[in-house]
Amino acid sequence: MVPTSYFLVLSAVLFGLGVIAFIFKRNILTIFMSIELMLNAVNLAFVSFSRLLGQLQGQVFVFFVIVVAAAEASVGLAIIILIHRNRGTLDVENVDSLKD
Amino acid sequence: MPVLTYLWIIPLLPLLGAAANGIFGVRWPKNVISAVALSSTTLSFLLALEAVREFFTLSPNQIPWIRTYFTWISAGGFQADFALQVDQLTVIMLLVVTGVGWLIHIYSTGYMHDDPGFRRFFSYLNLFMFFMLVLILAANYLLMFVGWEGVGLCSYLLIGFFFLKQSATNAGNKAFWVNRIGDFGFLLGLFLIFRTFGSLDFSIVLPRAAGMTADPAGQIGTLTTIALLLFVGAVGKSAQLPLYVWLPDAMEGPTPVSALIHAATMVTAGVYMVVRSHAIFLNAPVAMQVVGVIGCATALFAATIGLVQTDIKKVLAYSTVSQLGYMFLACGVGAFGAGIFHLMTHAFFKGLLFLAAGSVIHAMGGEQDMRKMGGLRKKIPVTFWTMFMATLAIAGAPGFSGFFSKDEILNEAQRVSPVLWGLGVLTAGLTAFYMFRLLFLTFFGAERYDEHHVHVHESPKNMTIPLIVLAVLSVCGGWMAAPQLNGGVNHFQQFLAPVLATGAEPAAAAAEASGGGAEILQALFGAPVIAGLLGFFLAWWFYIKSPEAPKKLADSLSPLYKLFSGKYFIDELYQAAIVHPLVWISDKVLWHAVDERAIDGTVNGVAFVSRETGDRVRRATTGNIRSYATWIVLGVLVFTSLLLWMVD
Repeated sequence: MVPTSYFLVLSAVLFGLGVIAFIFKRNILTIFMSIELMLNAVNLAFVSFSRLLGQLQGQVFVFFVIVVAAAEASVGLAIIILIHRNRGTLDVENVDSLKD
Repeated sequence: MPVLTYLWIIPLLPLLGAAANGIFGVRWPKNVISAVALSSTTLSFLLALEAVREFFTLSPNQIPWIRTYFTWISAGGFQADFALQVDQLTVIMLLVVTGVGWLIHIYSTGYMHDDPGFRRFFSYLNLFMFFMLVLILAANYLLMFVGWEGVGLCSYLLIGFFFLKQSATNAGNKAFWVNRIGDFGFLLGLFLIFRTFGSLDFSIVLPRAAGMTADPAGQIGTLTTIALLLFVGAVGKSAQLPLYVWLPDAMEGPTPVSALIHAATMVTAGVYMVVRSHAIFLNAPVAMQVVGVIGCATALFAATIGLVQTDIKKVLAYSTVSQLGYMFLACGVGAFGAGIFHLMTHAFFKGLLFLAAGSVIHAMGGEQDMRKMGGLRKKIPVTFWTMFMATLAIAGAPGFSGFFSKDEILNEAQRVSPVLWGLGVLTAGLTAFYMFRLLFLTFFGAERYDEHHVHVHESPKNMTIPLIVLAVLSVCGGWMAAPQLNGGVNHFQQFLAPVLATGAEPAAAAAEASGGGAEILQALFGAPVIAGLLGFFLAWWFYIKSPEAPKKLADSLSPLYKLFSGKYFIDELYQAAIVHPLVWISDKVLWHAVDERAIDGTVNGVAFVSRETGDRVRRATTGNIRSYATWIVLGVLVFTSLLLWMVD
């Protein structure tokens, strides 16, 4: 059987990639995708712990995360479309009008 | 004894009148307002009469009649009750205050009729009656102090009654501030009384003070300190040297106010307080000397200023200061009864003088300068004759009330010190001079006003009737205290004796001497009368016979004249020595340094630091999502590593 640590390392790597992409990418769509990546990295951690401990809570929680991620995707994409319509760009460097 | 049992009704009625007019009177017509104000004082006066009638049915061991209505303050060992007291002294004050107050209320309905502040005026005047009655009915020093401060407040409000006039508001402020100095002394005196006797009730403090051994002559012990502090309060309230400066300025108020508050009642509160505390004063020889000397000095000092004043009310104001000096002179030589007697007669004739002066001012259409009057005798006969009676009374013409009271004081003074007596006689001469000067300038001689613009007219009935009543009192008010008329018995002194004889040896000795020394009395009777006659003739010479003489005399005695007409430059002295430094310190130190730098600086500094900090921190909020994310990640890393490190 594959040891749990493998899954956890994979999860950490995926999460780290998500974070790095979130910080360094400028396109909002890409940033959005990196959020999804982080969410799924966490899901992977949940499932692997669930398997290690032989309990179901972790797996149930994953469903919650998936539901929330779906809702977030619908709202987030709508916002992205609006930003694109209003500003004609998806570069986050240009979306900073709350600063003042 | 319905009224004596429910004594609180007497002061409460004017308070209700003040409240009714003050709160609901805005829409009431003038006759309703005056009806409310008058009925409250009339009822109060009638109830006071009934209270006095009931008082005479009491047996001697029921006097002083004390009624405690409720406990006002109870803290530790300190207790002050809302308690009222009636004894012989209170009876006299009660009759004077309610009686004269009632007459002046009637007069005011005529005098103030065309004033837009009619409602305000009567509301304040009724409030004054309430506080004055509390002051004289109080059975302990604290309640007396409440009345004392209350009448001071009403005095301030009524001096500044014409508040659109800068000089009136200044005068009101001056009265208030100068009185603060006196009240401060009074309050310290109360603290010391409580520390010494453990109570503020008259019925506890005064017998104990009488039972204590007197402070040795020339030394200042506890009793002397108390007496001197109380006297500081009296000096402020009763306008004695050196705190008299507020009273002449107080003439800015309406004339009935000058009559009621600044002549007949409130300013005599200091005398009443000293007489009430006579048990303390009698055991404090130094304080007695101070009282006598200050009283005598004030009497002479104010009389000399009165000689050269040209404003009719100012003459009367300085005259009031001078007569109050007489009352304190009486107290200082131990003749407390004579002081109260002069207080009463003074309330009659000085109240009348002010009301008559008001009637003159009313007739002249607001003119107060005597140089612009003259020859009014025929045009306003009632005013003239009543004022003439009052002038005779204050000048001490034999048979009139002022004669008996002044004579009694001077006799008592003569027993203690010939100097005080001599100065008192001199003052009596000056009094006669300035009063007849006032009378001659106003009512005799050529008419010096513009007849086309001033329509001289006699005042309406509701003003002249109080004048007539007070004139009768000015003439007859002293008869009951005249041993010459009553077979050698002074009914007034006899009546007051139970109050003033509480272990008071000098008073007893004085009473004895006044009975026995008839020959000395006869010998001295002449002096004040002769001085008065001299004053009269001088006034007649200067202002009737040769009207150009005063000018010549003023020129030849120019420095003295300037000193008198400049009022000894006391106001200027206070201005330079006290007011200017105070203003300077307030301006440069308190305002610009303490307020602007320290207080404003602290507040503004806090605001500045917050704003600057906020401005710096704000720059972290770039609006850039990626930088926020970086901060979050860094934060998570820091806290996670902290947690891990702590777990290890």
